[in-house]
Amino acid sequence: MSSKIERTFTYGILSIFAVISLTPVIGILSTAFGEKGSLNTGFSLPEGGLNWSNFSDAWSQGHFGTYLGNSILVAVVVVTVATVLSILAAYAFGVMRFPGSNVLFYVFVIGLTLPQEALVVPLYFDLRHYEITDTYWALILPQTAQSLAFGVFWMRTYFRNSARSVMEAARVDGANSFTTLWRILVPMGRPAITTMIVITFMWTWNEFLMALVMISEEGLRTVPLGLAFFQGQQTSDTSLLAAAAVLIALPVVVVYIALQRRFIEGMLTGAVKE
Amino acid sequence: MKSLTASYGRRAPGEPRAVGYLYVLPALVIYALFLLVPFGQSVWLSFLHWDGLTRATSAGFDNYSDIFTDPSLRAPFGHALVLLIFYSALPVCIGLLLAAAMSRIRVRGLTFFRTVLFLPQVLAMVVVGVAWQSILAPDGLLNDVLRAVGLDSLARPWLGDYDWALPAVGIVGTWVMTGLCLVLFLAGAQRIPKELYEAARLDGAGAFREFFAVTLPALRAEIAVALTLTIVAGLRNFDLIYVMTSGGPGEATSVPAYEVYHRAFELNQVGSAAAVGVALTVLIFTLTVTVSRLVEGRRS
Repeated sequence: MSSKIERTFTYGILSIFAVISLTPVIGILSTAFGEKGSLNTGFSLPEGGLNWSNFSDAWSQGHFGTYLGNSILVAVVVVTVATVLSILAAYAFGVMRFPGSNVLFYVFVIGLTLPQEALVVPLYFDLRHYEITDTYWALILPQTAQSLAFGVFWMRTYFRNSARSVMEAARVDGANSFTTLWRILVPMGRPAITTMIVITFMWTWNEFLMALVMISEEGLRTVPLGLAFFQGQQTSDTSLLAAAAVLIALPVVVVYIALQRRFIEGMLTGAVKE
Repeated sequence: MKSLTASYGRRAPGEPRAVGYLYVLPALVIYALFLLVPFGQSVWLSFLHWDGLTRATSAGFDNYSDIFTDPSLRAPFGHALVLLIFYSALPVCIGLLLAAAMSRIRVRGLTFFRTVLFLPQVLAMVVVGVAWQSILAPDGLLNDVLRAVGLDSLARPWLGDYDWALPAVGIVGTWVMTGLCLVLFLAGAQRIPKELYEAARLDGAGAFREFFAVTLPALRAEIAVALTLTIVAGLRNFDLIYVMTSGGPGEATSVPAYEVYHRAFELNQVGSAAAVGVALTVLIFTLTVTVSRLVEGRRS
């Protein structure tokens, strides 16, 4: 094959797969902007321009304003707490030596492959016993714990690789471990920390099973849970359903497009255990 | 590496040795309370008969032996293995073939393609389910296309068909995972030195030999990552099943992840649900360890 044919062939294949990736996304966008109550799931641009009313209907009628508020609250708390705790623990695993540190680290790493399905059942009965199902805590606490597995694993790699000379210098200056961490390593590690934050945010935002099990009160639903119930009720109104789906996906997609390198890096290395 | 760790381990002047535990403690408490302990309780529950309300009775290994003997429990595990073909095998094969076809040239605009191909990975599975449900609906895009090209006889309610519901759900998995594999392999293939291909060609190797002699060995690490990620995702596919089929029609698309929820919260068979969850964990660990063994075994 001449290189020109190879080039055309390569871009042809990439374009075909790009179209396949985008088709369902475009489908849902065109339905969301389509005529209300329409059964048409086609891909043509809706007549009469873009129709924004589906979004306002999903927002108010479908209570997605409330659901988005719940999702934001849960995501902010989970991401903040998981980030701080991951940094602290990973710092110890990365730069300090203490008996049992390896075993403890691997206990955290196991959480990367441990399926939620294997803990959600007792977790529900535990939290019900302490009467915190149907509260934000029932979403925040388990999801923070699950986020720690990735956070600790990811940040430990950063601390392992961060410049040793910098830390030595800080020590010579008499900085204790805490000062070294917050004054030097955290500011230096902004790229690694950003990756951890966006991945944790995405997982928390998209989480469904935990919300389904823990939340029965409508006012506490997160957006994925809201969508699933919305789908159950209004199967006939595909345009409202599509608009709600777009509202859910939008925040993550915006962050993804802005920081796609961090996303891909984080999601692909999460599986490589040393 | 060891000596490096040792020098890291030196404490700052006047710092107690136990300070490491202090840093780990807050994370460990949350992690233990809301992840480790519940998992332990799952193992314990899996040896009980319990309806979630009344007193539990000991079940011995009943809940586990049921997985092998009870058809309504054996089927979900069978479905999970079928879905792994769609979630894992197909995306890895498609990704490898395409990456191999593209490995000889430097791709410009890779960032754009990578962003688009990876997009399905960041969408909530609930959203993916809703989008695909409308494509696979009786009057959805897929059937429209089939009718438009004169293949009316192939059009069917994909998710309501006993034979086709499972492959239809599988295709959604292939859609989600292929981009991830392609992105992984493209990045790896772009790192293969072009001289290797030239050398292979000088030796008279055709495209086929070249793939097995150059591309495949060079992408070994990426293949292991792709298999691990897709296997784990394929076995943890609760959201998609719940939204698209709820395990139906009949039990045609029930999978272990769905069965845990169904048994614990709809049928009140808590012990059995826990056993399915633990068995799923064992399956995931076995498969991922096997993948990394296979890859590392060949390396040494």
